[in-house]
Amino acid sequence: MNFAAPHIGFVLASYGAALVVVFGLILWVVLDGRARRADIRALEAAGIRRRSDRRPESGSAPDARP
Amino acid sequence: MSDTSLTIRRFSDLANPSRFLALSARLLPWLCCLTALLFAVGLFFAVTSAGDYQQGETVRIMYVHVPSAWLAMMIYGVMSVSALGTLVWRHPLADVAARAAMPIGAAFTGLALVTGSLWGKPMWGAWWVWDARLTSFFILFLMYAGLIALNRALEDPARAARLSAILILLGFVNIPIIKFSVDWWNTLHQPASVLRLGGSAIDAEFLRPLLLMAAAFTCLFFCLHLAAMRNEILRRRVAVLRRQSARSAALNGPAA
Repeated sequence: MNFAAPHIGFVLASYGAALVVVFGLILWVVLDGRARRADIRALEAAGIRRRSDRRPESGSAPDARP
Repeated sequence: MSDTSLTIRRFSDLANPSRFLALSARLLPWLCCLTALLFAVGLFFAVTSAGDYQQGETVRIMYVHVPSAWLAMMIYGVMSVSALGTLVWRHPLADVAARAAMPIGAAFTGLALVTGSLWGKPMWGAWWVWDARLTSFFILFLMYAGLIALNRALEDPARAARLSAILILLGFVNIPIIKFSVDWWNTLHQPASVLRLGGSAIDAEFLRPLLLMAAAFTCLFFCLHLAAMRNEILRRRVAVLRRQSARSAALNGPAA
């Protein structure tokens, strides 16, 4: 790539925009995933679990699901 | 068990979100590695290939502009198949797939519009013209934005899913308009030069980095989409757990 060529600023701006969008999207999915997993951990710590994740309590049948 | 029923069974097995989470967790690292490799090779060719005799260095804008434009339309296609999955087969992951694809599609449509403007100014002498290709592509961006707004505005996820699916399928009419706008109307854009009858009209020097970057962008979309679908499934689980928690709190009554 010739950095002294005319209009090179337009090329660099295009690749800069692509970089911002790609890294923005990667950051969005990573941070969103972390936030959702933190939400689930917080709910589980408070004793709230999905019915399929609950361990069978003593006296109940192991496959008993509502 | 017949082959047909076995195939249907396998398809319906994938409808289980827990199975999807396990499968995507195994697939994602490999897909991310492939994406990084394709970007490394694609960018190497994009930077080191020769400049065009007329356009000079600005031809390199094509290697980010064209793949993002292709991706913007492909993502809408993925959303349309998902919309059919929601309305016809009531596949539990279909709405998750459509909803997860919307922001990614909007981002790549926006990128195609911005890089198109940056390519248009030095080549056409204008940042923007209201020709058929640009206008129909801008409508695609508005459709993505509208679908995101609709999904955020409706609280009932089932209603949002049905309405979004109908709107997505109605909006699909814009995709062939974008594709064939350069043939149907007189526009500043050149007619199709890569995917056309009689083979590509682009020299191999430019076609190589273009196809490599298109493959890299496509793999990137599948990585982002899988990750965003996983996040959407977790978001729905959080909502269910919160409802469950509120219900049990209401049943137990206020603490003494």
